[in-house]
Amino acid sequence: MKITIDNISIDVEPGTTILQAARQIGGEVTPPAMCYYSSLENSGGKCRTCLVEVSKGSEKDPRPMPKLVASCRTAVMDGMEVRSMTSERVLDARKGVTEFLLINHPLDCPICDQAGECDLQDLSYEHGDSGSRYGFVKRTFEKEDLGPYIQLNMNRCIMCFRCVYVAEQLTNPREHGILDRGWDAQISTYINKALENEFIGNVIDVCPVGALTDKTFRFKNRVWFTKPLDAHRDCPTCAGKVRLWMRGDDVFRVTGRKDKWGEIEDWVCNECRFHKKKTSDWVIEGPTKVDRHSVISQGHYVGLKKPNDPLEILIGKAPKHTIDIHKVSDVNKPDIDLSLIAGPAHSDDFNRSNTAPQPKEINLQESKVKKNDP
Amino acid sequence: MQLTNRAQAVDRRPMNFVEKIYVPAILKGLKITISHAFKRNPTIQYPEQKRPFAPVFRGLHILNRDEEGRERCTACGLCAVACPAEAITMEAAERLPGEEHLYREEKYAARYEINMLRCIFCGFCEEACPKDAIYLTETVMPPNYNRAALIYKKEDLLIPKKN
Repeated sequence: MKITIDNISIDVEPGTTILQAARQIGGEVTPPAMCYYSSLENSGGKCRTCLVEVSKGSEKDPRPMPKLVASCRTAVMDGMEVRSMTSERVLDARKGVTEFLLINHPLDCPICDQAGECDLQDLSYEHGDSGSRYGFVKRTFEKEDLGPYIQLNMNRCIMCFRCVYVAEQLTNPREHGILDRGWDAQISTYINKALENEFIGNVIDVCPVGALTDKTFRFKNRVWFTKPLDAHRDCPTCAGKVRLWMRGDDVFRVTGRKDKWGEIEDWVCNECRFHKKKTSDWVIEGPTKVDRHSVISQGHYVGLKKPNDPLEILIGKAPKHTIDIHKVSDVNKPDIDLSLIAGPAHSDDFNRSNTAPQPKEINLQESKVKKNDP
Repeated sequence: MQLTNRAQAVDRRPMNFVEKIYVPAILKGLKITISHAFKRNPTIQYPEQKRPFAPVFRGLHILNRDEEGRERCTACGLCAVACPAEAITMEAAERLPGEEHLYREEKYAARYEINMLRCIFCGFCEEACPKDAIYLTETVMPPNYNRAALIYKKEDLLIPKKN
């Protein structure tokens, strides 16, 4: 079937959606998608960010479609002509949809762990307005604890249903879902259960915003200060292909490998994601190629060769430094290994090191059992 | 290659009689020298007298508190990523219940350091800060003989709490 998107033609299989056809073309014609996830069945059709204009229905029926259609849920027809980024209507609609998504989304990117790799941040940067017109109080929810691995911040949720589909299609039985309707709809377990299926950690990767984040990485570091490396290990439950987010030799976070559409290639099990936080657990394949427009690429130099200290060449030996920054600085103390603390660090984690050295390793398994006791 | 058209050829003619006796040239020079004695002194007597700062002057950093005296900084890392000298480092922690009077947000900077030996006072950190936490004041950074004392910790940067 031949389909033309923004004057670029491509032949696709029957049954392909407009979004998939646009992704085959790639580049700027691809509509943004917040809820569609190609590896999850039935996903899509909820967020409306992927709206496109069909200016010609098909070869047989060339009438344009009267309204903008969700490209993730509309199958292509032979001879269809679609306008995505060339249509004023589409760009205006995306701006409107972005504004709707941001109505109840808190402006807490400085606190949010997703900042830097957040789809909603990218969307509002590309299609959103610089200011908000919403004058009312934003909707807030009470905090709910989802166990030792996953941090839920319901205020940030945009109701994309991706995590529900992951739970439905990957973990059996599903333990969380959307409770209530409309304004009050929220992601929740009924009542206060911990999510503990061995594949439930994938909801963190599919979440387009910071509603579901990794508790073992919570507040430990900013995404753009960690360096992504592709790594694998021989895992009995999952493919074991992951991305490590390193700082020095510390593994701060383990996630799935995201492709250029932000979708992870292989599901990762909880064992790999939450318990393998040592470099020795992994076979490192090499640094991940990060798009240079991404903030994550900042400070990550590939093939960097440091020039020799000119003083060293001049005097023929290493110069004696008058200050050793690691002795003076309080940051990155060797006795506080943030990457090995089970949850987020607290004031007592930092204060404890002043008096007695902290145990080097904290058993994540143990802390998990303790937290579930009550 | 000629960069400007102000270049002049060097005059290599032999000196004439007036030039050879040098006295008119010396008097000309002395006139300039003596005239300076009657001009206004451009220097100021620094510790007693101080020049006014320009309105855009960027001096020593402070970490600000909000109206209730809580720390504004949430350790978002934007100052550190904006810093061209890579002078700022930090470590974040989660606020515990009972610490709400100390920290404004759920996350705060448990460690915050500015390496004043690296800082170039560009003010990018102030511009990047989304929480109005870091400001460059009109204070000149106090010098120190000890390099280690110029690694400013959070305690050195935070403004004192109002009572």
